[in-house]
Order: sequence, then C-alpha cells, then structure tokens
Amino acid sequence: MKTERFEVYGGTMVIHLGEDLDHHNAVYIREMADGYVDKYPIDRIIFDFSGVEFMDSSGIGVVMGRYKQMSYVGGAVYVYGIGKNVDRIFQMSGLYKLVKQWNQAEVE
Amino acid sequence: MRRSSTNICEISFPALSENESFARMAVSAFVMPGNPTLEELSDIKTAISEAVTNAILHGYNQDGIGKVHMRFEREEDSFTFMVWDEGVGIENVEQAMEPLYTSRPELERSGMGFSFMEAFMDSLAVESEPGKGTKVTMTKSLGTNADASVCDE
Repeated sequence: MKTERFEVYGGTMVIHLGEDLDHHNAVYIREMADGYVDKYPIDRIIFDFSGVEFMDSSGIGVVMGRYKQMSYVGGAVYVYGIGKNVDRIFQMSGLYKLVKQWNQAEVE
Repeated sequence: MRRSSTNICEISFPALSENESFARMAVSAFVMPGNPTLEELSDIKTAISEAVTNAILHGYNQDGIGKVHMRFEREEDSFTFMVWDEGVGIENVEQAMEPLYTSRPELERSGMGFSFMEAFMDSLAVESEPGKGTKVTMTKSLGTNADASVCDE
C-alpha cells in the first residue's frame, strides 16, 4: 500500500499522498505538514494526488487547512494527478476554487 | 452454485480510526456480488466512510473502546446500510446536517460528511439522542444510473 511522502525544496513542500485520504491518514498528514511548515519558510504546497484512490470529506479538511496556512503567508496550494473519484469530491466541495493546478512548465 | 440475492451482514468494531478503512473494505465486499458500477461502489464506500468516521470521532472521540456497529442488508438490487454508535449523540441533528457545519473546527473537519452521505446515497435518515448515541440509515439501489462501467464480476 502506498503511503505518504513529504519533500521540501526551499520554500516549496511537495506532499505525495498515499492510497487513502481519510480521517485516519488526515491526522498524520496534518501533523507532518505542520511540522515542516513550522521548521521551514514554506509558501508553496504541492499535493500529489496521483496515488490516491480514495478520498472523503476528511481530505477536504487537509487541503483547506493547508490553504489557510499558505494564505497567511501570501503563498498558494497546488494539486496534480487528480483521478476520477477525487475529482468528484473536489467538484462537489468547491475545492478547485482554492487550489491551482500544478503545471511545472507554467510555474518555473 | 446457488446465487442468493438476499443477504445480511453485521459487524462491530472499536472506535479506532484505522477501522475506517476496514469499514470501507467490508462494505465493498458486501456490495460486490450485486455488480455495482465503479461509481456506485465509490459512492457507497465514501458514504460509509463518512458515517463511520462520525461515529469514531464525534460519537466516541476515538476512545478505542466504544463500539461502532454496521448492518448491511441486500434485497435484489436494493441495499440498506446502517451505522450506529452508543456515543455522545447529537444535540441538534438539523444543525449537524448543515453543509460546512462542524463541532470540531480545530480538527480541520470540513463539515461535509452528512452532505456527502446525502449526495452519494438514495436516502439518508439520522436518529440521535444526546447521551444515547446516533444511528444513520442509508439506502441505495444499484443500476439506476444509465452510464455505467461495471466492475469485474
């Protein structure tokens, strides 16, 4: 089973999400992400959804929480690799209004 | 082999967050013989996940002791899913069901749980009594959606 992985490059944190983004995993991701945000001057968080097969409303909280943090510091949250199941959750909850699609070519 | 289209399953487990994925696997296994589409299966897993998370997190505050109960029933293509707890209960069910309402904002809860149960299932009923517990009953009929990518047998 795929698990979460965190990478920090300067002001950018990439969160490679695992197979399930439910309440159980949300707690862990939040704690890990908060640890990095406290330690490094992060103003850009990129969520890699390519490994996610399941997401429920707990996942919305994870993305919204990071969005709020990045807003405080004038930063932004990006996503990529969103599949069909996760896309429905994003659509229904309006999360696409808060995050940007990560497109390396455009940003760098 | 005789194939039965009527079935009942009851499962109970303690209020531990790792049981959220167990609950999803259990409901998938129960529904699979009814040949759900990928979307129907995803709907059901999400709704069960929301109900079970509520019981674990709000009903029992993840005490690892309180029991979460699930009962699944199948009658042909019609499924009924019940999830209940003997936890703290909900003071104001109507308020709890409002989109974006959460009693635990400090835990980054989105307040979308009941909205998703409602959206992904055909019906949702919530009974609750403070100090006694909460029971969620959801129904879903398979094959009502025309566009369908059927899961493998």
